[in-house]
Amino acid sequence: MSVAPRELESLAPKKPRVRLMLTCLCDAYFGEIGIATVKVLEHAGCEVLFDERQTCCGQPPFNAGDWDSARTVADRTVELFRTGEPIIVPSGSCTAMLREGYPMLFPKLGRLPAFELSEYLVRELGINSWPRRPLGNPKPMKIAFHRACHGRSIGLGDVQEFLLATVPGVELVRFDQEEQCCGFGGAFSATFTKVSAGIGREKLRNIVASGATVLASGDMGCLMHLGGLIEREGIPLKVMHFAEILAGALSE
Amino acid sequence: MRSPRVEENARKVSPEATASVRSATAAVTLARQNALPAYFKDVDRATAHAAAIKDYVLDNLGSLLEQLEGNCQANGIQVHWAQHAASANKIIGDICARSAPGGIVVKAKSMATEEIHLNHSLEAAGFEVVETDLGEYVVQIDHDRPSHIVAPIIHKNRREIAKSFEREGLGPYTEVPEELAMQARARLREKFQSAEIGISGVNFAVAESGRLVLLENEGNNRLSTTAPQVHIAVMGIEKVLPREGDLPLFLRLLAGSATGQKLGSYVHFISGPRRPDEIDGPRDVHLVLLDNGRTQVMAGKYKEILRCIRCGACQNVCPVYREASGHAYGHVYAGPIGAVLAPALEGVEKLGDLAKASTLCGACQEACPVQIPIPRMLLELRDDAYRAGVIHEGIPWGAFAFAASSSWRWRAGLKMLPVASTAPNPLKKGWTDSRAMPSRVGRSFRRWWNERS
Repeated sequence: MSVAPRELESLAPKKPRVRLMLTCLCDAYFGEIGIATVKVLEHAGCEVLFDERQTCCGQPPFNAGDWDSARTVADRTVELFRTGEPIIVPSGSCTAMLREGYPMLFPKLGRLPAFELSEYLVRELGINSWPRRPLGNPKPMKIAFHRACHGRSIGLGDVQEFLLATVPGVELVRFDQEEQCCGFGGAFSATFTKVSAGIGREKLRNIVASGATVLASGDMGCLMHLGGLIEREGIPLKVMHFAEILAGALSE
Repeated sequence: MRSPRVEENARKVSPEATASVRSATAAVTLARQNALPAYFKDVDRATAHAAAIKDYVLDNLGSLLEQLEGNCQANGIQVHWAQHAASANKIIGDICARSAPGGIVVKAKSMATEEIHLNHSLEAAGFEVVETDLGEYVVQIDHDRPSHIVAPIIHKNRREIAKSFEREGLGPYTEVPEELAMQARARLREKFQSAEIGISGVNFAVAESGRLVLLENEGNNRLSTTAPQVHIAVMGIEKVLPREGDLPLFLRLLAGSATGQKLGSYVHFISGPRRPDEIDGPRDVHLVLLDNGRTQVMAGKYKEILRCIRCGACQNVCPVYREASGHAYGHVYAGPIGAVLAPALEGVEKLGDLAKASTLCGACQEACPVQIPIPRMLLELRDDAYRAGVIHEGIPWGAFAFAASSSWRWRAGLKMLPVASTAPNPLKKGWTDSRAMPSRVGRSFRRWWNERS
């Protein structure tokens, strides 16, 4: 007995539909990270939705103490994203805003199904090695991974490193004071210039000493700050987002 | 636009001081991380338990303090209540004046007495006040200020201390820590022998027994509290614990979190003055219960900050503290604990800006032995301070929110970004002082998305 293609399709496991939150930094400066995130999610078997009306999660005014402005932005973001699908964010920081910050702004708001990218891949989809199908020739990379601090409040732990370690060619190197913040802190980086840059330089000193050639993280905030220091001081480190490394493993 | 106060002060901190703070805080953090799991089967459970006990204390503070007062009095300890710093200083000054006008006062390290600026008050009244904790002693002879809750001279290196000791005539110049300690010891012994009054803080006071508990490593607390005829203990009211049975948990959490030790080298249980059959110990023991804003904190949303047991672990892990060091905060309580406690005690209008001196990285909360949600409190303080008009960094957040609440305004704003970023503004200057300006890298996501679908 033959089965019609249409019926076969309905028998196949349903593709998870997810909603991408691009984040304002990727919208303004780092579009490639958004593109990489879509490629990674599609390789993981997801159907990705993107609502073009999205703007920002509202964390900048929230951290600044202007909660009225933060509510204006967050209120709209909640409306756009409260559609039921998991919200995937290539940033632990914006994820933390959705999960931890919004309840402070709106005490009655229920928990949004927001997930940082790696968290969704590993903990929700159960992916434990990358890529899912062997592809091309691996590029050797010596990576120092900076755990962005907002991962702490959402309990990311080492989930990003766990998946990166499975990427062919990737060697993760440890460095001193790994758990220390990079000093970005949003507007803090521009208002507490000396302190922020000092913290960042200390982080980079420790990373350079580890022999890594790539600095990776899951948050473009940290990478924009550290990358700005790297560029200004001519430090020989390439900066990459977690999603770029995963997507890079697909396109060989 | 003026820089925030902590940033401004941090710019004056020498690279040597930052290096001292960095290496010491990293070392003690490592010691803490090794110590706690060795002493507790489940560290998170222990800290949750401690937090619950402290919350119980705060919820029942009035009755616990009355119980403490009653049991202290039964033990022969005279109890005094001080609502403000000024009244505490007066109470202590009066006791000193009655006991030994113009005499020598030896002091064990105490944050409560730092908080009320007791030394200044006693010196003005003609007493010779001698700090006997080695770090506090260095602070005193250098006319400096402590920069850390546990390690007051964490910002200094050995060479600076050696120079100070030589200057003060403590002995020949040496950089050997043991020799420096012996020099200080010799000088302090003279003071212990001639002091009429000893002043200390209190780590824990037990309501059910009326005992005062002090933890230390140098032995100077023992001498300060036993050699002089009069011992005055000064304690923030939140330091009371309900039961003796709570002590093992708190002593180990404090020692482990503060220094990575299993226990301090000395633990003192003070249960009153010298008894008739005892040959030494003070004739009088006084306990000064200090409010100084605490009951007011208790009534508000920053109540949990009063769980603090002054271990300094949050300072040790804080990236801002490590870079700026304690003095930059301009307050007795520096670092994450200070950024919440100082404005909570003294008002958001006066000190609310301290809440901005944080990257909100969350390391403090992770390190806290009583699980104080410091980052959440910093955010709430920013909300309070912003509404009070205390913190403004010249960023028009209202305009940002206006742009970010409409898709077309947002996209128009993004298009203008390359042009807008060429215009001067204070934020841009703060950024480009040390970093390259970010610019668009690669493709626009929105264009890519539209073209593929």
